[in-house]
Amino acid sequence: MRKVTIDPITRLEGHGKIEIFLNDKGDVDKAYLQIPELRGFEKFCEGRAAEEMPRITTMICGVCPTAHHMAATKALDDLFKVEPTSTAKKIRELMYNAFQAEDHILHFFFLGGPDFVVGPTAPAAERNVLGVIAKAGLEAGGKVIEVRKRLRNIMRAIAGKPVMPTCGLPGGVSKAVTEEEREQFIETGEYAVDFCKFALGLFDDIVLKNKDYVDLVTGDVYKHRTYYMGMVDENNKVNFYDGKIRVVDPNGKEFAKFRPQEYLDHVSEHVEPWSYVKFCYLKKVGWKGFVDGEDSGIYRVAPLARLNASDGMATPLAQEAHDKMYEILGGKPVHNTLAFHWARLVEALYASERVLELARDPELTSPDIVNLPTETPKEGIGVVEAPRGTLFHHYQTDENGVLTKVNLIVATGNNAAPIWMSVEKAAKSLIHKGEVSDGILNMIEMAFRAYDPCHACATHSLPGRMPLEVSVYDSKGGLIRKLKRGE
Amino acid sequence: MAKPKVAFYWCASCGGCEETVVDLNEDILKVADAVDIVLWPVALDFKRKDIEALGDGEIAVSFINGSVRLEEQEEMVKLLRQKSGLVVAFGACAHLGGIPGLGNFTNREEIFNRAYKETPSVENPEGVVPQEKTDIGVGELTLPEFYDTVKTLAQTIPVDYYLPGCPPPPNLIMDAVMAILKGELPEKGSVLAPAKALCDVCPRAETKPDKLSIAEIKRPWQIKIDPEQCFLAQGLICMGPATRSGCGETCIKANMPCRGCFGPVEGVVDQGAKALSMIASILGLDGEDKMSDDDVKKLIEGIADPAGTVYRFSLASSLLGRKRMKQGV
Repeated sequence: MRKVTIDPITRLEGHGKIEIFLNDKGDVDKAYLQIPELRGFEKFCEGRAAEEMPRITTMICGVCPTAHHMAATKALDDLFKVEPTSTAKKIRELMYNAFQAEDHILHFFFLGGPDFVVGPTAPAAERNVLGVIAKAGLEAGGKVIEVRKRLRNIMRAIAGKPVMPTCGLPGGVSKAVTEEEREQFIETGEYAVDFCKFALGLFDDIVLKNKDYVDLVTGDVYKHRTYYMGMVDENNKVNFYDGKIRVVDPNGKEFAKFRPQEYLDHVSEHVEPWSYVKFCYLKKVGWKGFVDGEDSGIYRVAPLARLNASDGMATPLAQEAHDKMYEILGGKPVHNTLAFHWARLVEALYASERVLELARDPELTSPDIVNLPTETPKEGIGVVEAPRGTLFHHYQTDENGVLTKVNLIVATGNNAAPIWMSVEKAAKSLIHKGEVSDGILNMIEMAFRAYDPCHACATHSLPGRMPLEVSVYDSKGGLIRKLKRGE
Repeated sequence: MAKPKVAFYWCASCGGCEETVVDLNEDILKVADAVDIVLWPVALDFKRKDIEALGDGEIAVSFINGSVRLEEQEEMVKLLRQKSGLVVAFGACAHLGGIPGLGNFTNREEIFNRAYKETPSVENPEGVVPQEKTDIGVGELTLPEFYDTVKTLAQTIPVDYYLPGCPPPPNLIMDAVMAILKGELPEKGSVLAPAKALCDVCPRAETKPDKLSIAEIKRPWQIKIDPEQCFLAQGLICMGPATRSGCGETCIKANMPCRGCFGPVEGVVDQGAKALSMIASILGLDGEDKMSDDDVKKLIEGIADPAGTVYRFSLASSLLGRKRMKQGV
C-alpha cells in the first residue's frame, strides 16, 4: 500500500489536505479530502446579542464576509419579524451583487481561469494570473484590477469596508445612499457589465474554440450526477439575495422547493471522524455514503448548481449567456464539474446587470432605510446564495434577543461531499501504476478548484494555483519520492 | 545587498488579513520589489523544511495573523520565532485573540458537542466526533489537536510589534513595512498605530457632550440611528473611548458604533475593564442621586451581553483570559 499526500497548505474554509491511498498495482484505492480546521462559531455565538451577528459571523471568512453579513442580517429580519423598507432591500441587494460580481471575476482570472486561458498542461510558472494577462493582453489585466477596485468601492460606500462590512440591521440598513454615490454605482455597473461581456468573449475565444478544452469540460473525468440546489425568485430565476430554495434531481426535475424557514425538513449534515467539516445531504433522500445518483442525498451548490436548479437568469444579457451555455453543453442539468467556471461568468454578468438595474432606481437614495422592530424575538432563519453556494444562518434567542442557539450551514459544507468525490474520481481516473506527474497533479487539483472551495485560495493565490505537495510512500511507510508543484 | 527576507503566516484566521494585503493594490508591487518573500502559504509554494533550513534570525521579519488554536499552528509560529529577527502580530486575532477568542467563553468539549451532536441539522445517532487519529482500513488519517483555549500570538511566542485591526488598514500596513525597511522602528512591544483613543479623532467628536450621561441604553435596532451624532449620546454602546485609533473610522462612517477591533489605548492592558468603567461612569450620571438600586440594575441590564460587547475582540488577551474550566476538564 502506498500513500500519497496532497497538502495544499492553504485555505479551504481553513486548510485542506488530500490523502490518496494506492493499492499494490499502484492504482488509487481510496482518496480522502480532510478539512483540519474548526473555530466553533456555533457555540461561542451563544450568549451574544443577536443584532451583533452580522458583525461577528463576518469573521468566519474574510474573503466572503459580505455573504455572512447578509445571511445574518436576513436572519435578524426573520427573528424580529420585521420587513425591511423597500429602499433597504435595494441597497442590500445592490451591495450583495457588487460583492458577487467582484468575487466571481476574481476567481475566474486569478484561480480557475489560468487552467483554461493558459492551458492545463502549461508550465506551472505560466499558469497564473500573469499568464492570463500575457495571453489576454495587458489592457485586460488593467481591467481586472480596475473592476475589482470599483466594485469594492460600492461595498465601501454602503458598508464602511469591504473586509468586514458593517451596515445590516433588522428591518434595514444603517446608512442611506447619496445621489452622488448612486451616480458612481451606475458607472461601476456599466463598467462591470462591459467587463463581463469581455470575459465571456475571452472564454469563447480561448476555451470554446479549442476542441481539447471542450473535451476536457465535457469528458467523464470531471462528471457527477447529483442533485442541485439554488435560490430562485418567483419566476424560478436565479437570485442571490432572496427567494425560495429549489432542488432539482439528477434528471433536472424539480425535487423540492422550500422557504428558508423550512430548511431543516430538507438539509441534514453527516459527521465523519476524520474531518472537522460536516457533510450535507438531502434529508428526504438520505445519507448513502460518498456516492452520486438519484438514490444518494448528495447535492451540489454554487454557480453551476444554481443555474441547474433554476429556469434561467432574470437579466437579458445573462439569460442569453445562460442559453448559450446549455445549448452547447446539451441542456439541463449539466453534470460536468468544470462547467462551474462557465456558470460563474454567466452569474458575474447577471450580478453586474443587477447592480446596474438597482443603481438606476431612484428609490435607492430614499432616506427611508429602516423599519424598527416591534415584535419580541424568538427564532430567525436567513439564507443567501454565497458565491460558493447556499448559506444558512439559524438563530434562537431569549425574549431579550440574546442568542441561545445558533446553527450555521456554510456554502462549502454543502459541497464538501461532492468536492471530495470529484477529487477521488479524478485521482482514480488519472493515477495508474503509481505514476503521479506534475500534470496529473494539476488535473486532480482542477477537480476541486472548479468548486472554488476556498475563499482565500481563490483570491489570494497570486500565482493562480494552490501550492501542492505530494508525498509517495511505499507499503512500509517509507518515502519513495516527493513531488512539489512547479519543480 | 541582499533583500531582507520576509514571511507571512496565518493561524486560526479567516483570510481577511490576506485580503487587506491584496487591497494594497499597486503598493503591493513596491513591497514585493523591496523584500524577498520566503513564506506566504496563500500565494507561494513553500516547504516547512525550507524554513527549517534557514539560519536562526535569517528572516528579517515574520508577519503572523490569526489566533492560536491548533497544535500545528503553535509548532509553526515557534519555528518562525526562532528563524526571525522580528515578529509582528498582524491583525486583531494575533494581537488580541479576535473573534475566535470568544471561544474562550466555552471549551473544546462544548464546541464539539454543539457542532457535531446538537445542531438541529446534524444526523449523528452514533455520536461521532472528529478524532486526531482514524484508522480507515487502508491506512490512518490524522487531524491536528484542537485546544480548549484560544491564545494570542504573544501568549505563544515573544512578539516584537503589533499591527492592530480587523483587518489592519492598508495605510498602516505600508507605514509598518516602510518603518521596518528604513529601520525606523519604535520601542519593542509597540503597537504600530496612533496612541490616541478613537473617540478623540472621531468625526462625531464635536457632538459628544462635555458631560455624557446615558439615561437608557439603546440597542442598534431600537432607534433610528442619527448619522451625525455621537453614538453614546444616542444611548448606543460605542467602544470608541476605550479603543485605539487608526482604523480610518470605517464603521462610524457606515453609521455603526465601534466594537473595539483596534484593542486598548496606549498604556491600558485590559480593554474590556476599561470600557466597563467608562460605561459605568456615564450610565445615569444625570439624576444619579435619585436612582434606586432597582433603577440602577435595570439600567445596567440594558446591555444585552456585557462581556461579549466589551471583550468582543480582546477576551483571549484580557486579564480574564477565558471562562473558568470545570475541574478535570
